[in-house]
Amino acid sequence: MRIVADRDRCIGAGNCVMTAPEVFDQDDDGLVAPLVDEVHPVDPASVDAARQAVARCPATALRALED
Amino acid sequence: MTEVSEIPLHMRRAQFDPIDELGEVRDNAGVCPVVTPFGVSAHLVSRYDDVREVLSDSARFSTADRHALTPPDAAGLTEEEYARARVGNLLTYDPPEHIRLRRMLTPEFTVRRMHALRPRIVEIVEAALDDVERAGRPADLVSTFALPVPSLVICELLGVPYADRADFQRRTVDQLDASHPPERRLALQQASRAYMATLVERARREPGEDILGMLVREHGDDVSAEELVGIASLLLLAGHETTANMLGLGTLALLRHPDQLAMVRDDPASVEPAVEELLRWLSIVHAGIPRTATTAVTIAGNTIAAGEHLVLSLPGANRDPALVDDPDRLDITREPTGHVAFGHGLHHCLGAPLARLELRIAYPALLRRFPGLALAVPYEQIAFRPYSVIHGLQALPVTW
Repeated sequence: MRIVADRDRCIGAGNCVMTAPEVFDQDDDGLVAPLVDEVHPVDPASVDAARQAVARCPATALRALED
Repeated sequence: MTEVSEIPLHMRRAQFDPIDELGEVRDNAGVCPVVTPFGVSAHLVSRYDDVREVLSDSARFSTADRHALTPPDAAGLTEEEYARARVGNLLTYDPPEHIRLRRMLTPEFTVRRMHALRPRIVEIVEAALDDVERAGRPADLVSTFALPVPSLVICELLGVPYADRADFQRRTVDQLDASHPPERRLALQQASRAYMATLVERARREPGEDILGMLVREHGDDVSAEELVGIASLLLLAGHETTANMLGLGTLALLRHPDQLAMVRDDPASVEPAVEELLRWLSIVHAGIPRTATTAVTIAGNTIAAGEHLVLSLPGANRDPALVDDPDRLDITREPTGHVAFGHGLHHCLGAPLARLELRIAYPALLRRFPGLALAVPYEQIAFRPYSVIHGLQALPVTW
């Protein structure tokens, strides 16, 4: 699953970092900085957390592209 | 004083719960007419999917139309005076102006910043608990714990003298009290801005190591004094009043659910999900800031014309069976939900990470300090705040 983050849309709410800390981080400006480009399906917990983070992003700044 | 029947549907509660009529609207038409406490006619949106859709679409649903907040003839102010009262209040800005101001503030509320703040918040919470313990029982937890903790935290963070708290806390409560006429609330808002202007003035002369100082140092050329006043006034109000009510109301909710209280007290792993469930179940902010449709839209089959206003019920959305099973039951063991207690979309609460941190520290600290915490009066005597824009308790008398 590929992770795409649109930093122009990001409002720095930090929900993704809270929901999927192994996938998302924030830079010093508070904007989303994904830690990985892809979440590997062998790690179902991270895939699940990443999907939740995408669904809950208040600014609709995240997308998960399924392979 | 406003009669009880005049409290609009979306602000009415049966103790913790939204009243049954709200659920009936959600189950049936989905949308119903409502007159806001500010005298504005609007459509009340009650379902999770609809509330989320409106909140996330700032192009079709603007927050910048002042008529969503105040009727045309409200307080006899000129349009210029209305405009001035809103400068810097991010909630009333649409993109792209909104993002310009919000981006100045996001560095202050990152998850990493919150992590660094943790030890100081623990200290503040423990000191407040020391005071409660020293003063002895019974104690009013609202005035001795729930309000002081977030007030001191936001004062330190923002650069507001904690010594001024009595004045700004009183102004905030009055400003949010829907039983006051619009003129009174506008006057209070102006008084709050006048107070904040003195702090902004001082920060511009000698910027400190707080948010006001940072804004002056790093954005001094891009942000006007009036904008700074609006930003700081909003952060001060939102920073203490919301978390304070979550702490008071949430403690009462746990006292009414002793099994769940014991889990929060004894099992650190239960605290984060418990805070999320309390946020969802209590939904202390009755409604997001009203929106204005910029074009004709259809919501739950109802046509809403361009220029008409919408009120979004956050408890309506968070108690929607479409979001969770058995939504009226408090259950801190639930899987995480996508609740909208902090709103959604561009105006999603900026301070949510701070609020979560304070709540995650304060609930278990309180319950561990006083393992025998109990109400000092019968539950029926607990006074909820009926007229406030933010749900909460007048007082929470406890013993231990």
